Amino acid sequence: MATGTDTSSLAAFVRERPFGIALAVLVAVLFVDLFRKLGAGGITVADLAGFLKDGTVLGLSLGLAGIGLAMTYSILNFANFAHGDYITIGGVAGWIATFLVSGLGSAELESLALLTASSRTLGVSVATAPVAIVVGLLVAVVLTAAMALLIDRLVFRPMRGQRGISLLIASVGVALAVRYLLVFTLQSGPRGLTAGPATPSWDLAVGSGTVTVTAHELTLAALAVALMLGTHVLLRYTTFGTAMRAMADNEDLAQVSGIPTERVIRTTWLLGAGLTGAAGFLIALERGALTTSFGWQLLLLVFAAVILGGIGSVYGAMVGGLVIGLASRLSLVWLPESFIIVAAFVVMIVILLVRPEGLLGGVTTV
Amino acid sequence: MSARLDGPLAAATEWFDGRSDAALLLMLAAGLYALFTLVSLVLGYDLGGIVNTLRRITFLSAIYAMLVLALNLQWGYTGLFNLGVAGFMAIGVYTMGMLSTAPTTSPPGLGLPLPVGIAGGVLAAALVGTVASLPALRLRGDYLAIVTLAFSEIVRLTYRSPVFETFSVGGVSLGTGGSTGMSLPTNPIRMLFYENPQEVTSPPSAFGEAVFGTFEAIGVRAPVVEGTAYAIVLLVFVAGVYGLLRRVGNSPFGRVLKAIREDETVASALGKDTRLFKIKVFALGCGLMGLAAILWRIGGLASTEDFRPITTFYVFVALIIGGAGSNTGSVMGGAVFASLLFEGPNFVRRVATQYFDVGFGQTPNTIFEAVGPLASLDLTPLLAYTLSDVNVSALRLVLLGVVLVYLIQNRPEGLLGHRTETAASVDLGERPGGEER
Repeated sequence: MATGTDTSSLAAFVRERPFGIALAVLVAVLFVDLFRKLGAGGITVADLAGFLKDGTVLGLSLGLAGIGLAMTYSILNFANFAHGDYITIGGVAGWIATFLVSGLGSAELESLALLTASSRTLGVSVATAPVAIVVGLLVAVVLTAAMALLIDRLVFRPMRGQRGISLLIASVGVALAVRYLLVFTLQSGPRGLTAGPATPSWDLAVGSGTVTVTAHELTLAALAVALMLGTHVLLRYTTFGTAMRAMADNEDLAQVSGIPTERVIRTTWLLGAGLTGAAGFLIALERGALTTSFGWQLLLLVFAAVILGGIGSVYGAMVGGLVIGLASRLSLVWLPESFIIVAAFVVMIVILLVRPEGLLGGVTTV
Repeated sequence: MSARLDGPLAAATEWFDGRSDAALLLMLAAGLYALFTLVSLVLGYDLGGIVNTLRRITFLSAIYAMLVLALNLQWGYTGLFNLGVAGFMAIGVYTMGMLSTAPTTSPPGLGLPLPVGIAGGVLAAALVGTVASLPALRLRGDYLAIVTLAFSEIVRLTYRSPVFETFSVGGVSLGTGGSTGMSLPTNPIRMLFYENPQEVTSPPSAFGEAVFGTFEAIGVRAPVVEGTAYAIVLLVFVAGVYGLLRRVGNSPFGRVLKAIREDETVASALGKDTRLFKIKVFALGCGLMGLAAILWRIGGLASTEDFRPITTFYVFVALIIGGAGSNTGSVMGGAVFASLLFEGPNFVRRVATQYFDVGFGQTPNTIFEAVGPLASLDLTPLLAYTLSDVNVSALRLVLLGVVLVYLIQNRPEGLLGHRTETAASVDLGERPGGEER
């Protein structure tokens, strides 16, 4: 490796990481260009601040939605393609509960249970119906966790120990079945959920313009951070957390050490899916609408976040989520709006090539 | 892992093993044709309708058979988990469209001859496959799956973007049509039957007139004749792709592929440049996917809706039904998937609505209106709800998911996958007196 003088070790450094260096140069060029654009008035500081805020909100959503995926990925060693539909289940189940609590008596039961009641009339927001929202969040957590356990029992448990690819294919089957059962019962088509413009919001002056922050964005951000910290504490300082990390490192070793692996797997599903359900509910709250496929549409971005952070790393999922969220929104500085998602995927692919072990690679356990 | 071979499955396996590939394919074709003829008769179709039904399942079966064969080369032979099938299909179709549609249409194309367009589409798909494989093949299995899936979405979203709806490169206008899509050149089969195949209203040629006249007399209309002829051409294509891949599989090249699938480290320890082999396989497979997609869409519309990830999953389900690793199984999987899982539910719906006359005047709008009357033991609203057009499509995908889970749990080797050819040219598994593989 390093042989003698500084220059030759630098050359070796460059030779070892051609992609990494090229990427660093590209990012640097983009940043210079960003400042040039700001100076020349191509975009305003408020635009940029708006992108950053949207990116942070999206990033926190992805990070929160990614924790569950990261947990099951590290324990069961397969990419769960049904995870996106767990997000949808959380959103749908939670919002049906919220609708029922806030609208019972004032609207038809059926329209509440199918989410077809007018969201403007119901006018749900954290300010007007905090109880309904808390109930919805709890229902989302409980039902998603219950459904994940059921699916694990039916589909994944009989397949324990099989190759990751077999489990991945099974999870694609689960994803299709769950999503289209939802379509069958609810019918497709977007559903409005919140009071929309009536939601409390604040205009913050940035430079010459303003950035609007809504109460729902703040709720999502605050709860996402709180849940992530909670998960961290849980995995770091409880026996379950130790057992889970031990299993992620080496399942056989964990088993001979007397760790009840099957119980740890169940608890992991319970926790992971619960968090996923919460994420689905909160993402729907922030967006003010949902469809039966919104989770599936988020899935690749969530994968991107989780892979970026290093599979199985909970911090990684948070960091990865923020990187993906910010990258996709900041891409608006250079690219038209139709490329937001493309930009996020490209970032994922590039990072996978440069650093397949993820940003926080090596730290595969928590 | 060995599969549980209980009752019917064991019997089926034994039955399959006793027959040659050609006999299996012919029997499957005969069985499917007989089934769909019967269904058409039940539905009261005339001869034209029956022919049209058979044409449709032949067409879809042939397209899926080609796609599955291409994927089988990548996954079944080499173990590359490519979830980007839809993306490579889109590249083939859109490249062909942009090369061969007339410059005067909207979106404009280059107006090159169709063979150039088709060759260009296939080459583009192969080339992009090569380029995509360079980085992708450094990744392990599940990352490869996610990256290829993301790649296919990048392709789809790019073709869909308004930026490329119409654009010009060096003064030449081109376009993908964005979210509205792009009409593709007319089906070349029309050259056989029409004087001006490019025009919809063209009078038939002398040959066309004779053929149309003959079939018109027995109640088969011209478009059905045209489509049937095309379906037969597609069967020839399937045979060609099958022959090509069989040769590839049995060549020394193919043996290396199987060795890579079984143990890549061993293959490279034996001095094979496994990366190069994988890249070639990726290019060939993606090119064939492009070709299949071109044959699928030609004469119609190229729309990004057709290239959603669900299309990739369709091909995977078909491959798993047939059994990864077997070319004959791939063709069978394509046919079984296309006719029974893809088209089947619609026929079930038609037969059911005809026989049970479930009061379609008042199809319930919501699940509550459908389930509510169950309390008074009235099944009709639930049936009517279930059998409505949208809900049958939804349930079809639920069925697909359930089939996928069932197969991967109980019969991961599919119909014929247990006959997966091993890397060795002699069977090492059945040593006399030795234990089974």
